[in-house]
Amino acid sequence: MMGRAADGAIGRGQSLARTPRALLSLGVLAGLVLAAIGAPLLAPHDPFDPATLDLMNGFTAPMTHNPYTGDLFWLGADDQGRDVFSAILFGLRISLFVGMSAVALAAMLGVSLGLLAGYLGGWVDGLTMRAADVQLTFPAILVAMLIFGVAKGITPVAYRDEMAIWVLILAIGLSDWVPFARVVRGAAMVEASRDYVLAARLSGRSGPAIMLRHILPNVLSPVLVIATIGLAQAIVTEATLSFLGIGAPPTQPSLGTLIRTGQSYLFSGEWWILAFPAATLLALALAVNLLGDWLRDRLNPVLQ
Amino acid sequence: MTRSLLLAAALLAGVAPSVQAGPLRWARAGDSLTLDPHAKNEGPTHTLAHQIYEPLLIRDASGGLEPALATDWAPSPQDPGVWVFNLRQGVTFQDGAAFDSADVVFSLNRARSGRSDMKELLASVTGLRATGPYQVEIVTEGPNPILPGNLTNIFIMDEDWARANDAVEVQNISAGEVSFAATHANGTGPYSLVSRDPDVKTVLTQNPGYWGRGTFALQVTDIVFTPIQNPATRVAALLTGEVDFIQDVPVQDLNRVAAEPGLELRSAPQNRVIFFGLNMGAPDLQSDDVEGVNPLADARVRQAMNIALNRDAIRQVVMRGQSRPTGVIAPPFVNGWTAELDRVPATDVTRAKALMARAGFEDGFAIRLDCPNDRYVNDEAICQAAVGMLAQIGISVALDAKPKAQHFPLIANGTTDFYLLGWGVPTYDSEYIFNFLIHSRDDMRGSWNATGYSNPDLDAKIEALASETDMDARNAAIAEIWQVVQAETLYLPIHDQVLNWGATAKLGLAANPEDLPRFKYATLN
Repeated sequence: MMGRAADGAIGRGQSLARTPRALLSLGVLAGLVLAAIGAPLLAPHDPFDPATLDLMNGFTAPMTHNPYTGDLFWLGADDQGRDVFSAILFGLRISLFVGMSAVALAAMLGVSLGLLAGYLGGWVDGLTMRAADVQLTFPAILVAMLIFGVAKGITPVAYRDEMAIWVLILAIGLSDWVPFARVVRGAAMVEASRDYVLAARLSGRSGPAIMLRHILPNVLSPVLVIATIGLAQAIVTEATLSFLGIGAPPTQPSLGTLIRTGQSYLFSGEWWILAFPAATLLALALAVNLLGDWLRDRLNPVLQ
Repeated sequence: MTRSLLLAAALLAGVAPSVQAGPLRWARAGDSLTLDPHAKNEGPTHTLAHQIYEPLLIRDASGGLEPALATDWAPSPQDPGVWVFNLRQGVTFQDGAAFDSADVVFSLNRARSGRSDMKELLASVTGLRATGPYQVEIVTEGPNPILPGNLTNIFIMDEDWARANDAVEVQNISAGEVSFAATHANGTGPYSLVSRDPDVKTVLTQNPGYWGRGTFALQVTDIVFTPIQNPATRVAALLTGEVDFIQDVPVQDLNRVAAEPGLELRSAPQNRVIFFGLNMGAPDLQSDDVEGVNPLADARVRQAMNIALNRDAIRQVVMRGQSRPTGVIAPPFVNGWTAELDRVPATDVTRAKALMARAGFEDGFAIRLDCPNDRYVNDEAICQAAVGMLAQIGISVALDAKPKAQHFPLIANGTTDFYLLGWGVPTYDSEYIFNFLIHSRDDMRGSWNATGYSNPDLDAKIEALASETDMDARNAAIAEIWQVVQAETLYLPIHDQVLNWGATAKLGLAANPEDLPRFKYATLN
């Protein structure tokens, strides 16, 4: 049932306009994505160029002039004198990039495995779904940590920092494919027994062609919902890993890395180092989640 | 008679204001690296070992020598090249075995064996003799007047226990070996090991057979030691009463702890200097982007790096005033330290760039900096600050911060190009620094010297220090060695640490320059 609505449901502009919560979420998300894309133009400093840092700017409060250097920072400066606003813009880039790439990887993997399992059935189905069951018994964050640890162990030390982001994407992507596979498998099983698939099969089309051309377009809308909610999850997982110090390296700080630095200064009153990156992460995750909720409601024929 | 005395004592104890006794929960950033007392010459490792094991003598709070397992010591009247130590009688190990001179000879021999990390301290020793059940003679190569001061961290093990448990050889910690002695302990000290889960929790309980009962306060009955690497978590544990004592209050939280009712901050200048080491000896570096040349081999590059560092900014921002910038890798406690050596090099980026250009590196180079993140006060933040400062003279530094358990093997194995290290000086003498950090790395000395520096003339001068009895001549030789070290810019000194202990007010235990709490002295009132 759910698959058929795919073409019509997504583009209904008025419905979005009539849901202020979703509209607001979209606005926030669009703003954050634009800020991340335009980071090099918007940011007053390049937080990745250590030569531009002045340690004496360390711990400057928001909107106050540093007593030694006279510099002013909108959202304050962190322990190394880095502009928090610029760090957030660039951190947002890494968080969004890792989140989106990880979800893309998870979706690709999950959809492929789900399609195969649902269409072919038999031992392929059994093997894939048992693997999914096994993986579901572990929390995604543990699986991600395991993959991250193994990948970090086999990368040469010299390339570790450059590889860290890709390893992160791999770790989160590989730990998140199960929901995609389950939903796609279910939908594919339903579709596989429908007349149009039987007709295609009788007309001699090959298995891969039927899966890609006929079944896939009809199972895509739930994938979209899972992908959106999965994006929020992936962003939070990335932040968690980075917060634990095993994600994005300090030289390429994501929002989680910034929060990790900031939490050391909570007791001493330098709240801005933690508060602003945390608020940004909250806004991002919340916006994506609310949008996902709306999308789910829109694509659910029962609620129409 | 005895019974009535005991009865009277018991009655008295009931009437007199009761002496508090109880457990103590203790936390610091990093764990001990091993229980093997001779495997790693490292502060936190020794601090835990001091509760379980004992050396022949220890330092008191003012840095003077105090008897421990030895009761007195003096040069032999017949031969000035021999030290005679009289040992304490009636001491037993925690497993009940008696302590005697054979254990001392065994332990000192173990501590100067090839794999020991303490061997530099005993480099001048040529022989050991048990001249009675409670007397030991230490023979040195020529008279060594400062030998007793070298023994304050050399712990005594039970020979029979070591032989029975295959623990005669020192654990090879840099190769990742885990041995019986690294996970079990049997000393003569005030506390014995109950359980240990490395990096998680170590539990000690009072040794009922301890010889010092009645001499020391011994009001701490049990010790629960938990490493808490995260500074915010560590200080939160103290503020919420989850632990009673933290050895390293984060500098940003000093006011918070001092202002908290029921908590006290105990500060003291620490006998520990923090500095960067440079691998100047390797023909080529692993982590740099220059092929076939080692940029650090050029003294001008090392000088440029030295004056690119802004030590005052580090003190003010990273350390929040809790450090003393310095220009030499010796704290003022150390014999041989002078105000002239100590003078902080002025930050001069223009001159540093000119030096880099003259050395042929006007475009700079890239290198990796290895840094611990659970050892020294704000160690990782110091390294991050240096990354920014060195970037200004074109050196692109990739920072690799990791726990000390992974950091120290890089120094021991000489597989780092650029590293942060802190050095405490338990002997209060420059010879200790020279033996470990300046002398060429060989079988006996230089085990913490990862610079690859080797200067046979200087080595000979360092070795001669041990048998120089004329103190003026010895001090002159020390000054001469420091001149060479400073001229070569062998290390980039940063600062001396100020230590800040945070504790519940009821814990009576003063901070000492060694950063070494000995809980047998602690009171709980």
